[in-house]
Amino acid sequence: MRPMDKLLEVKNVTKHYPVDKGALAKLFTKKPKVVHAMDDVSFFIRKGEVLGLAGESGCGKTTTGRLALRLQDPTAGDVLFKGQSIFALPPEKMRQLRSKMQIIFQDPFASLSPRMSIGKSVGHPLEIHSDLKNSAVRDRCLEIMEKVGLQPAEFFARKYPHQISGGQRQRVVIARALITRPEFVVADEPIAMADVSVRAMILKLMTQLKEEFDLTYLFITHDLATAKYICDRIAIMYLGQILEIGPLVEVFKNPVHPYTESLLAAVPVPDPKFRRQHPIPKGEIPNAIDPPSGCRFHPRCMYAEKRCALEAPGLQTVSGDHQVACPVRMRS
Amino acid sequence: MKENVLEIKNLHVQFPIHIGTVRAVEDVSLNLRKGEVMGLVGESGCGKSTLGFSILRLLRPPGKITAGEINYHGRNIGNMPQKELLDLRGRNISMIFQDPLTSLDPLYTIGDQFLETLRTHEKGIKKKIALERAADMLKNLGISPNRLSEYPHQMSGGMRQRIMIGIGLILNPDLLIADEPTTALDVIVEAQFLDLLNELREKFDLTIMFITHNLGVVAQASDRITVMYGGRMVETGTAEDVFADPKHPYTQGLLASVPNIKLEQPELQTMPGAPPDLVNPPPGCVFHPRCPHVMDICKQEVPKSFRANGHMSACWLYK
Repeated sequence: MRPMDKLLEVKNVTKHYPVDKGALAKLFTKKPKVVHAMDDVSFFIRKGEVLGLAGESGCGKTTTGRLALRLQDPTAGDVLFKGQSIFALPPEKMRQLRSKMQIIFQDPFASLSPRMSIGKSVGHPLEIHSDLKNSAVRDRCLEIMEKVGLQPAEFFARKYPHQISGGQRQRVVIARALITRPEFVVADEPIAMADVSVRAMILKLMTQLKEEFDLTYLFITHDLATAKYICDRIAIMYLGQILEIGPLVEVFKNPVHPYTESLLAAVPVPDPKFRRQHPIPKGEIPNAIDPPSGCRFHPRCMYAEKRCALEAPGLQTVSGDHQVACPVRMRS
Repeated sequence: MKENVLEIKNLHVQFPIHIGTVRAVEDVSLNLRKGEVMGLVGESGCGKSTLGFSILRLLRPPGKITAGEINYHGRNIGNMPQKELLDLRGRNISMIFQDPLTSLDPLYTIGDQFLETLRTHEKGIKKKIALERAADMLKNLGISPNRLSEYPHQMSGGMRQRIMIGIGLILNPDLLIADEPTTALDVIVEAQFLDLLNELREKFDLTIMFITHNLGVVAQASDRITVMYGGRMVETGTAEDVFADPKHPYTQGLLASVPNIKLEQPELQTMPGAPPDLVNPPPGCVFHPRCPHVMDICKQEVPKSFRANGHMSACWLYK
């Protein structure tokens, strides 16, 4: 593959958050404790692709999304956008790049200022990123609002967030993210707060907008069933590491990592006749301050061998794009 | 047929507020038979939690039951004196909620919280005996009894939810109202919790009302299902019937919009429109403005419940 095909590349990124300790603890312990939010995470996203990033709460998926946009700085590693390191960019250059990289958050109510009309909120990024005149901003604003289904746009532009429904609010947030014509969008659990009937609508809208605006998504979700409808590839995270990554259909049909297998088996199926075949692992995600040695999933893994506690497995290729960090299952 | 543990007859719950009256629950009638799990599903604001709260008469003011009856083993909860009601709660009917962190007191140990429940209802119980009972309960939940001396923040989310259900069951109630008990949990922990609930149901001979918006969870956990929309029951029947052959157009739309992990499942469908304003609900059937099969009568008269393929559907199509 030519390097330019990769729109975004995350290279060996590590992000540790220091744990604040009391004064006494600081005096008596030598090594500062850290939360291992991301440990040596690498992946890339091709232009026009949707990469899903899935895992349970606290696995580091949101941190990964934030670092991909340089909303935070890494402890180590680099992120390349079109081959250019975003952490090496001077502030002014980074500011210009931000119009090309946008984010959609989970809670559309918290993401919108209650004091700004919808029209003002949607147009705000353009006021920051362009020198367009007010009337031009307004035109672009109405245009994008029509595109996301806020019709008639003139009517919605005058409303305030509390006057519209949850589904409409999420449309507003999407319109605001797209008004600067970004190439890359991080969608961080964009439908987790929405009701079922609204979810389907937002997923469809995002797919349609992706085609229309030639977008590339990093789609962060805890819900694998949802990921199925939008993602081309999927990465499974656990305690700050990617355990499996590959084309979605292949990973779902043939999950290799025991954690992926469990995660897929645990999803409740809307069919009363369905009975779960695969056993559910015991326990919960361990503490990210002091993660288990070796493979981080080994204490809960039904296939674990002695060496799993000793060596940390890296991602190895199963076939083509499909990579897994589990030497035990790869062998069989 | 088994006896009814709970019978709700023509229940109406309203919240008078400054802009009018919110009709949160309208004319709901259902019953729970001994030993069954009734799944109560619907989207935000459909009245499912309000219905759950009204069973224990825990509605927050200004909410009140304006009409109808709630019978627990034939005793009407609606006009029960306060003293009797306090005795009923916990001992006969328990309720667990979505977020265990807000339901548990951060300043008391797990043991203390069990003690409080036991002492409230069994005056004069010895501390040692109460703690033994709490320890037994923890064993049933798969938690080490040593953890009775720990505080809620020392436990994981899944463990806290198990503690909640343990406190709920410590007085041996026969009816459990579980209001979105798995919504705050990750999928693996959710699956563990559903397995546990199934075990406890056998062990404690429970009848459960399982309130959730998650159709996957409801399909896995329930024997029968009631679907609510805009404060009204739109469909009720066995889980298998309702999922295999939904009759009400709302249930059909809802099921078609649920993501399914199975790869062979068809594309997601979307439902146009938004849920109704419960202060000024549309006349006739509450779903008619969004219904693809709307007829003239739907706009004028509230549909009664009609039998359609083995289960009940409140839709004029099945008259």
